[in-house]
This record gives sequence, structure tokens and C-alpha cells, in this order.
Amino acid sequence: MIHIDIHKQLTSSIGSMSLDLDLHIKKGDFVTIYGKSGAGKTSTFRILAGLMSPDEGKIIVDDKAWVDTTADINLSPQKRSIGLVFQDYALFPNMTVRENLEFALMRDADITIIDDLLELVELEGLQDRRPATLSGGQQQRVALARALVQKPQILLLDEPLSALDIEMRQKLQEYILKVHKEFHLTTIMISHDISEIVRMTDQVIQLEEGKVIKKGNPAEIFANIQVGGKFQFTGQVVNIVQQDFLFILTILIGKDLVKVVVDESEGSSLVIGDKVVVASKAYNPIVKKIGEAL
Amino acid sequence: MMDWGPIILTFRLAIITTLLLFVISIPLAYWLAYSRSRIKPVIETLVSMPLVLPPTVLGFYLLIAFSPSGGLGQWLNEWLGLQLVFSFEGLVFASLIYSLPFMVHPIQSGLTNLPGSLMEASYVLGKSKMNTLFKVLLPNIKPSLLTGIVLAFAHTIGEFGVVLMIGGSIPDETRVASIAIYDEVEALNYSSANAYSLVLFVVTFIILLLVYLINGGYLKRYWR
Repeated sequence: MIHIDIHKQLTSSIGSMSLDLDLHIKKGDFVTIYGKSGAGKTSTFRILAGLMSPDEGKIIVDDKAWVDTTADINLSPQKRSIGLVFQDYALFPNMTVRENLEFALMRDADITIIDDLLELVELEGLQDRRPATLSGGQQQRVALARALVQKPQILLLDEPLSALDIEMRQKLQEYILKVHKEFHLTTIMISHDISEIVRMTDQVIQLEEGKVIKKGNPAEIFANIQVGGKFQFTGQVVNIVQQDFLFILTILIGKDLVKVVVDESEGSSLVIGDKVVVASKAYNPIVKKIGEAL
Repeated sequence: MMDWGPIILTFRLAIITTLLLFVISIPLAYWLAYSRSRIKPVIETLVSMPLVLPPTVLGFYLLIAFSPSGGLGQWLNEWLGLQLVFSFEGLVFASLIYSLPFMVHPIQSGLTNLPGSLMEASYVLGKSKMNTLFKVLLPNIKPSLLTGIVLAFAHTIGEFGVVLMIGGSIPDETRVASIAIYDEVEALNYSSANAYSLVLFVVTFIILLLVYLINGGYLKRYWR
């Protein structure tokens, strides 16, 4: 259980803002922090990791105080059991993939975890390469593996997939879900991508100007209308064609394109690029197994 | 036959100065790169002063400060047995100050230009500041370290005004090549002056060329 109750006055290029958070995150949850840039998402991460100090407040992780300004406790980043994947990955350019992971290994820790992790993210073949010679997706996997070497309690992912193309994203979403389960992590991710959030997370925390404005499961947050039957997908409109009184929308859901016919009143309110929920009621979907669980 | 004394003395001075400067400059540059202290601008100014100040000014104040009749010079002489005026030790000390910015600036800018996330990633992985400096930061600014070493070395070789003020021209003690050249020209020994000058010219050319070759990556294909 993580309890975060902090206040911090932030000054940025657009002026000053106060970050006030009071959050409870369950152990083993996958939580996303969602919000516009400048909403305080990255600052929240930095405070959690100990790279920034809050003005006042507490961070309690499993009954241990990481921060408690009333008792003058503020653990250094070194002492917090946290894995952080930076937006720019922050791989050490002077070390090979394997050395990056080995650097993270604590003294007297079992070295076999390095091989296990390399296998898990399928990088054994590239372990002697330098980060600069890897693709974005490969670097991302190294960063993920490195963050897990110390078996942290909490994994923080700062927009981990924003720089990757859609194919790579889906692959990495699978890796992240896999390690989340396998390492029994509490994972907190910063993301802008609604389909990614819906796919991966249990809980969404929406920040605006340093305050939590919404909290809940992804479907509640992103669907304004509650739909019965719970058969729904989030996607993006990629094309709109008008035919007589009807609109044919082409919607990208995951990596599948779906055509949906809607009437004039719905169709005319949409433009290409809009994020939409595709839902259906009174409908009996066919579910067929196409592959084994990971 | 040319007297190699001044040349040897010059390189001895440059090597000792560079080694000492390297050790001094890493913590100083680290502090300048990451500190948010209010006195930082003052320290930065002091480090950069030798860039703009005439070397004679520096030499003059050092001469006054270390003169055995002055308080500091007397104290150094009595307690440490150090005489810093007209001695090789004095030259080393003056060179340290004189070449300081040439070592500090490249290292400082190398550190500042590294992405901040590298240091932070290392801290989050539980590594101490010291460990981070030696395993992560310094190995990733090797070109800056090389630039600092070479500039400090070359600049010490080219030192003249400070040496003249505080060192004089004592053979094998303070008579470095640049001073020797000046003396030879005054004595109208042009061939001798030319020999010293040529050595300095060629050596500094080769050193600087090597730096540009290495930092420009031209030599990489040969050692990989």
C-alpha cells in the first residue's frame, strides 16, 4: 500500500503552481497518471523517487515512511526501493547492455537475475552492444530490464512508449504487463495514450494544475456515458465518409481498423483524430480463443 | 650543441602542473556544474580571471605574496621550508593558477552537457555520488577530460609573463623554454632561439592535432 499526501510549490516557465496530492495506491495495482503537460505528473514521479523534495507531507510505502516532513524524514533516492524508467531511457552510453544491467546489481545480489531479465525482454543477442547502436524499442527494453534488476517494490514508467511506433508499442505493452505480473510490482505509469491506458491499467488518476480531478477505472474516466453490457473499445477516428444521411467512420482500435456506420447527428460532430468509445448494447459477441495465455 | 635543459624543464613543469590540475579540477568542476550555491558566480569569476588578466599582474601579486620578507612567504619558509619565489615549486604553484580555467572549463561544460537523467538514474539505482561520478559521469565525458588535459598542458608550455615575474631565469630551476628564447634573442643568438622555438612549435602542433583527431573520431577506426 502506498500513501502519498504531499504539497509542493512548483515554479515553471508558465508560472507557479501548487501540487497537492492525496493518493492511496494498492499493492500490485497498475496505475496511470494522466493529464496535460505541466499538470505535475513528472514532478509527482520525481518526488516519489526522491529526486525532488516536497515542501510538506508524507509518503508511506508498506508502513515505512519514505518522506515525513513532520519527523524530518526524507530518504535519498538510493534508499528507496524504486525502479524508474526515464522518458529518455537514461541508459549509460559508456556501458554495454549487459553492463548497464550489471551496474544496477547490488553487492552480493544473485547475478543470475541479469540473464533472466535479458531473456525476459529478449535481448540476450544484443547484450554486448552499446545503447547507441540499438533501436528505440530495444533501448526501452534495456531501460525496463535495468529498472527491475534490484527487484523494486514500485516501478515508475515516465511516458515509456511515447517515442515508439504503434507496432512497437503493442509489443512493449505486453512486456510491461508481463513484468508487472511476474515481479508482483506496483506500477505507476505516465501516459497520454487512452487506448494504452485502457488496455493496461487498473486505475487512472487524472491531474490538472497539480490537483487530482478524477480517479477511477479507465472506462469510468474516459467514457462520459456509462454503457450497459460493458462491450466497448477505445479508438481513434482515422477517416470519415459521408453517404446520404449516414456517416461511415473508420476507427483504429489497437492495430485493427473497424468501419462503423453512424447517423448524421453523431457523424457531423466528429473530426479525424478524435478519440472515441465504440460500444454496443443488446448484442451477443462471439468469443473465440486464438492463443494461449502468456 | 643545444642546451636541452630549458626544454626538459618546460615539459617537467607542464606534466606536473597538468597532473595536479587534473586532480584539483574534477571536484571543482563537479561543484561548479551542479552547485546552486550563492557564491558560485564569485568562484566562477575567480577561476576564469587568468583568462583575461595579463600574466604579469598575476606574477606580480604572487611575487609580493611569496616574497620571503612578506608575512605569507616568511611563514611558508619557516613552517614548510617552501620558498615559492625564484624556485621550481613557485613556478608549479603559479602555473596551477594560471592554467586552472583551461582544465576546469572543459570538464565543467562536459558535465553540464550530460543529460541530467544519467546521474539521476544512477542515484535511483542506489549508487552513491562518488560511484556515479567515477562510473557514469567521467567515462561519458572523456573528450572533455582529454581537451582539459591537453589545453592545460599546452598552455603551461606557453607560459611566459608569470614565469618571468616569479621565476626569473635560473638555469634548470626556472629557466623554461619560453624564457630561454627571450634571453637568446636578447643576446642575438638567433639560431639558438630558433631551435627552442621550433621544438615548442612542433610539439604543440602535434599535441593539438592529436586532440582534434581523437575528439573528431578520426582515429577510432584504427583502435577498434
